[in-house]
Amino acid sequence: MTLTLAEVEHIAQLARLHLSEEEKIRFREQLSAILDYAARLQQVDTRDIPPTSSVLPPRSRLREDEPRPALPQQVILANAPFPYQGYFRVPPVLE
Amino acid sequence: MDDRLTLTVRQALQSLQNGSLSSEELTRACIEQIERLESKIHAFITLTAEKALEDARRADARRIAAHRHPDETLPSLLGLPIAVKDLLTVAGVRCTCGSRILENYVPPFTATAVQRLVDAGVVIVGKTNTDEFAMGSSTENSAYGATFNPWDTGRVPGGSSGGSAAAVAARMVPAALGTDTGGSVRQPAAFCGVTGIKPTYGRVSRYGLVAYGSSLDTAGVLAHSAEDAAILFWPMAGFDPLDATTVEQPPSVWHTPESETLKGLRIGVPKEYFLPGMQPEVEEKVRAAIRMLAELGGEVHEISLPHTEYALPVYYLIAPAEASANLARYDGVRFGYRASADTLGELFNLSRSRGFGAEVKRRIMLGTYALSAGYYEAYYGQAQKVRTLIRRDFEEAFQQVDIIATPVTPTTAFRVGEHRDDPLAMYLEDVFTLPTNLAGVPGLAFPVGFDRQGLPVGMQIMASHFREDLLFSVAYHYQQHTDWHRRLPPLL
Amino acid sequence: MPYETVIGLEVHAELQTRSKMFCACPVVDSTRAEPNTAVCPVCAGMPGTLPVVNRKAVELALRVALALECEIAPLSLFARKNYFYPDLPKGYQISQYEYPLAQRGVLRIETARGEKTVRIRRVHLEEDTGKLIHMQDPDGQSFSLVDLNRAGVPLLEIVSEPDMHSLEEVRAYATTLRAILRRVGANSGDMEKGVIRFEANVSLRPSGSQTLGTRVEIKNLNSFRAMERAIAYEIERQTDLLQNGQAVQQETLGWDEAAQVTVSQRSKEEAHDYRYFPEPDLPPLVIEPEWIEQVRANLPELPQAMKKRFIHNYGLSAGEAVLLSEEEAVARYFEACLEQAGDSIAPRTIALWITGEIFGWLNQSGEKFENLRVPPAGLVDLLRLTAKGIINLNTAKLVLNEMLASGKPAHAIIEERGLIQLDDAGQIADIVAKVLAEFPREVASYHQGKTTVFNWLLGQVMRQTAGRASPAVARAELERQLAGSKGN
Repeated sequence: MTLTLAEVEHIAQLARLHLSEEEKIRFREQLSAILDYAARLQQVDTRDIPPTSSVLPPRSRLREDEPRPALPQQVILANAPFPYQGYFRVPPVLE
Repeated sequence: MDDRLTLTVRQALQSLQNGSLSSEELTRACIEQIERLESKIHAFITLTAEKALEDARRADARRIAAHRHPDETLPSLLGLPIAVKDLLTVAGVRCTCGSRILENYVPPFTATAVQRLVDAGVVIVGKTNTDEFAMGSSTENSAYGATFNPWDTGRVPGGSSGGSAAAVAARMVPAALGTDTGGSVRQPAAFCGVTGIKPTYGRVSRYGLVAYGSSLDTAGVLAHSAEDAAILFWPMAGFDPLDATTVEQPPSVWHTPESETLKGLRIGVPKEYFLPGMQPEVEEKVRAAIRMLAELGGEVHEISLPHTEYALPVYYLIAPAEASANLARYDGVRFGYRASADTLGELFNLSRSRGFGAEVKRRIMLGTYALSAGYYEAYYGQAQKVRTLIRRDFEEAFQQVDIIATPVTPTTAFRVGEHRDDPLAMYLEDVFTLPTNLAGVPGLAFPVGFDRQGLPVGMQIMASHFREDLLFSVAYHYQQHTDWHRRLPPLL
Repeated sequence: MPYETVIGLEVHAELQTRSKMFCACPVVDSTRAEPNTAVCPVCAGMPGTLPVVNRKAVELALRVALALECEIAPLSLFARKNYFYPDLPKGYQISQYEYPLAQRGVLRIETARGEKTVRIRRVHLEEDTGKLIHMQDPDGQSFSLVDLNRAGVPLLEIVSEPDMHSLEEVRAYATTLRAILRRVGANSGDMEKGVIRFEANVSLRPSGSQTLGTRVEIKNLNSFRAMERAIAYEIERQTDLLQNGQAVQQETLGWDEAAQVTVSQRSKEEAHDYRYFPEPDLPPLVIEPEWIEQVRANLPELPQAMKKRFIHNYGLSAGEAVLLSEEEAVARYFEACLEQAGDSIAPRTIALWITGEIFGWLNQSGEKFENLRVPPAGLVDLLRLTAKGIINLNTAKLVLNEMLASGKPAHAIIEERGLIQLDDAGQIADIVAKVLAEFPREVASYHQGKTTVFNWLLGQVMRQTAGRASPAVARAELERQLAGSKGN
């Protein structure tokens, strides 16, 4: 199968990636080739086969509700590209 | 070459214990070896030499102080220098994951697996190179430049733990930590002629292992021998309250096997792992190694893992799908690279486009597509179901045999740039290592010979869940009777 | 053409845990705490971190689900809901999707037309997002700020079937659900702090039709009032459209509080492909039957059941029963009074004192019920003194007010102020005689048939005794002396 450029653009938007025209064309070819290869999975009969989302035995691991101190604000903000008065600053979010 | 650099982990620990070698001397020797060879190998992204020497001196002081308190038990790995793949966090040391997007990211916490080794006394000399976010099989996809194979610097070391494998092969450190999502410990171990363990999923905490494919990611060890790998592996393993996917298993510490033979060991050889197109010498060396295991007492059974051919497409849908979510946090808000932007859309799209390399973008796109409305069932959903069939293949096989022996890769190390423009060809490098991750079982790669060009050939052995002990034993026996694992690259 | 409104409600309720849903960060009041001071690597979404489920959050969710008579899934899955937003640290929200914790419950509501059942579709666990603050530079440039204190706080999502057909039903559903959430200890009900938020879907269809009309979703309704106004606005807007022969567009709307209108949020909708998939970092959530039974056994009596019991057992009116069962603290107080009183005071009398005098005083003083200074035994003592005739009813009200204000016991106040009831017939007769002598004109008008003057005269008698006179004795004496004075 071949992806359309519009599909490539749609996926890029979902993934929040800005692609150059050249990248769009290249990804279109490469992704199409990989998806072609993946198409062989369609041959496998998976009726009545449950999906595997975890290889672990189903056993919950729950944590007791015991709060522990948070990190100091300056540590949380230490890697922030644009800290601002104790917050992370971003361009305006339009409601 | 400095004798201290060819010491095994076991020998090094003995020398440290009996006082014939100090941690500072050993650590300094490692750092000097790195300085000598780094321009040719480029195994590291970040060196922490000063901190390492400081830690080494502290370890030495502690050991000396302990002489006055004979009752005090010292941590088992006190003063042992190691390297850590730059995908595992160490508090206060930048963690780039081979990506530009994390160029200046300094995590405030240490990965559990690393912390347990630090608690056991290791000294960390630096963070090793990796394909960006572990996405690659050659360590060429790193924003900090490629790593080269110590056996032939025109070739790749494999990946994504190529920095760790090359550092161990070049005797820069006696052992290093790696991560393995689809073969990222075993394939570089094979390419660089070292021993690498990929544990059972759930055996070693993933807390602090920067996520690529969360249902597949594991942290493992690369070293010169199975024994060395085991010495580091067991302290890392076990339940971690910070990782809900770790499993409480009875603590099983590896001891040198008492038995001299592998008598009664049932070895399965799956026909699907010997493909017509593979390099003949790889098949030859692996078959020879299997014969040797048989001579040591093993029984060889031909078996079948019928869904093997689907492992590659299953992996390349599931891992990218999980990655597409795992990498959504790199948005320029809380950490990492941020493009200057006037709108939120620009902030996200530009930060991510400039921060990520081509392979990462490709896999994010692929994974996003596989999860998107209208395609989920056909791609991700179907891949998860076929994953079940692959798991069942292993479950059934391990009813009949104790271990499964296969090649690690279809070829020995390929040339730098060989697969540059053909992602699918690159993905095919992982064809023998992916099924292990999909099934969650442990796998161990170790050297079983060299091809005509002098490049190492690796064999992979796999066992059922939580039977790493069996893998270490089998490889240990093999290594008692061979010296492939002790050979030095000509460069040294 | 008459239309029928069809409404379904999604309620997001913060669960009252001490630590967050997936990490050990403390849950703080995010409307007051300093920004980014209750944050750790996990809830900041730092690379390499992993979630671990808070047991208490699951337990509170189970309490709510059982209170709503849901079926609990023995095995449910967490899933990642993928979208980009600055208040969402990981780029996905951990929620539940295909396999929620609980499904198929009911909530019974009271309406003017009697009891009605609204079906609950599902109840699931998820994590809250951070908070955004919108700002402007002095030079007019606007920007937003992210505070992650709230990120990762456990949320319970309760989704109803579209079973409601009027604002009244929606209001009843929301208030009843809030009362249940509070009663089982899952949520504080503190609306000003945004601990309960709503999303509504609204559609119209011709009356009698069984098919659903095109529906709109209204998001981010953060108060009862906003929810009611937004729904009312939508009903009106859609009715207008349909009556003018226009179609309703399926879309996502927001509520503009300032303009009091719903507004399209198409920009958000475009990218609505959440790409849910099972959360690989969390094993399936397994709920053992024993756990369910244990939670069920410890479930408190719910407000509705309690209300019915109050009516049935204690003969309260529906209104009184609601007032006494809505708040757990009030209900507990009422029942403690009943226990103290035994057979000595009728339950209804106690109910009236609480809902009348005590609630009245709280209203006036602005005090909270939780801080009430009169213990159940104190109220019962006072009512016993009244029942025994030691003080009269009016005095009792005065005494209670002082008890509420000062916290002093009734007998101390009565003694201090000499309020014991005066029922000495001779003494009262003297006072009545004095009053009649003082107001001859009023007495005359009484005799001319203006009987309402009687109460005024009785009031004068009470005044003379500072309210202490036994009303019964005073009344009898007044009647007797008036009868005797006739024709003088």
